[in-house]
Amino acid sequence: MNKKILIVDDDTDFIEQLEVMLKQASYDIDKTYSKAEAEEYLQKNKPDLAIVDLMMENTDSGFALCYHIKKQYNNLPVIMVTAVTNETGFQFDAATKEEKTWIRADAFLAKPIRFEQLKKELNRLLGN
Amino acid sequence: MAELFKVLVVDDEAGMRSGIARVLNECVISLPEMKTEVRFTTVEADNAEQGLEIIETQKPDVLLLDHKLPGMTGLELLIKLTEKKVDVLTIMMTAYASLETAVEATRNGAYDFLAKPFSPAELKNLIRKASVRILYKRQAQSLAEEKKKVRFEFISILAHELKSPLAAIQGYLNIVSEKILGNDLAAYDSMIERSVIRLEGMKKLIFDLLDMTRIESEQRKREFTNINLAEHTKKAIEGFALAAKEHNITVNFDCPDTIEMKGDVLEVDIILNNLISNAIKYNKENGKVDINIGSDDKYVIIKVSDTGIGMKEDETKKLFKDFVRIKNDQTRNILGSGLGLSTVNKLVQMYDGKIDVLSEFSKGSTFTVALLKNPHNPKDDSGTHPNNILVNAEGSNRA
Repeated sequence: MNKKILIVDDDTDFIEQLEVMLKQASYDIDKTYSKAEAEEYLQKNKPDLAIVDLMMENTDSGFALCYHIKKQYNNLPVIMVTAVTNETGFQFDAATKEEKTWIRADAFLAKPIRFEQLKKELNRLLGN
Repeated sequence: MAELFKVLVVDDEAGMRSGIARVLNECVISLPEMKTEVRFTTVEADNAEQGLEIIETQKPDVLLLDHKLPGMTGLELLIKLTEKKVDVLTIMMTAYASLETAVEATRNGAYDFLAKPFSPAELKNLIRKASVRILYKRQAQSLAEEKKKVRFEFISILAHELKSPLAAIQGYLNIVSEKILGNDLAAYDSMIERSVIRLEGMKKLIFDLLDMTRIESEQRKREFTNINLAEHTKKAIEGFALAAKEHNITVNFDCPDTIEMKGDVLEVDIILNNLISNAIKYNKENGKVDINIGSDDKYVIIKVSDTGIGMKEDETKKLFKDFVRIKNDQTRNILGSGLGLSTVNKLVQMYDGKIDVLSEFSKGSTFTVALLKNPHNPKDDSGTHPNNILVNAEGSNRA
């Protein structure tokens, strides 16, 4: 049976791209478009991994969701993705060690995601 | 509001120091024009070296500095403070008042000069002037800081808004170039189509941004003329006729032949174009747009209704803020920058007007804009532009 991945993002283009890549790599996917939808989904479903965008309805929705997931579903690996980097002027930069520890995501990927990189992280976290 | 300023008195005469301290400790300067009053505490030093130490550790607001001191002179201390960029308002005092020392002191950053002997009234007078100066300077500083902050936030979000479509397009192109779906080009059709849509969106964002900066830049001169809204609205409708036809949308226009207001043509056109294009963009196939323009004795009232996708209540509340876009399946293919309505809102405020929206989800929206027929003409006040609009843009100011 294929492993199931939850995508949380409000950018439908990005979801479509992930969908193409994940299907190609033989994963099943479920999509949610906001933090609230993702939380509701997780109450009833047990995906094998979640890919979460940083900026959704609020600039820090991704953080909050990631924090929530790690608190309540400790075994669910999370990949955080974002187009935000320090060069866009935001104080946040997921590259600093401190913030990585605080956010506790298992991997960080910059948008747009490269297929090879994504496969590598998925292999590492799901141990194919 | 009350301020407490710390005054450092550096003088080698103990009598002088205690005299000044006594006057200042009892002194209350009321500044109704700045809605505050100022009181003082004093610190004393009998030489410049000790004075410098106190300045560095206790950061006084005002320095009353004698020139002739044992060791380092007052002027030498003043030069040191300027070099170290210490922010303390300095008043020089000396018994040997000469124009030369005064000029030298002011050149080195002193605010003013007090010739010994001076009366308590003279001291109080100068301290009042100095207090006003300090308060104005601080006000200007905090305003500048707030402006900087607002600007930084705006640019941060703008960068993100520009980067998102680029990342989306790049993502699609990566998939195409890596041929993740194989060699059949047709498999990538939808990706190319989405890329084109995102590029168009970016272009729109840049145009809207230009509109907005043109309005907010203090460089642009607002030219007030008599505007016939009927004519301008007709032109705006014609501009979107093709878009309306594409989705078979009927546009009804109800307005007297002439309806006049005073205003800047560019600004009024931006309002009309945004309202009309939104009503068409966020409409449904075979939908309807009703544009109604009327007036009372003070205002012209522009009402634009559509039979479109509508909004939920929480969505209408944030609609007029910068970069807000309602994101859902129905708006996915609609190009928008999130700047159109926030720009309209800012313009409406410049015409002492009101903007209001009534909306029902999946039924449609009605935007009502009231603009003063005879708005405040910027020419009447030597070109001061309401440059606080950027700062105030946060609030929606809806009636």
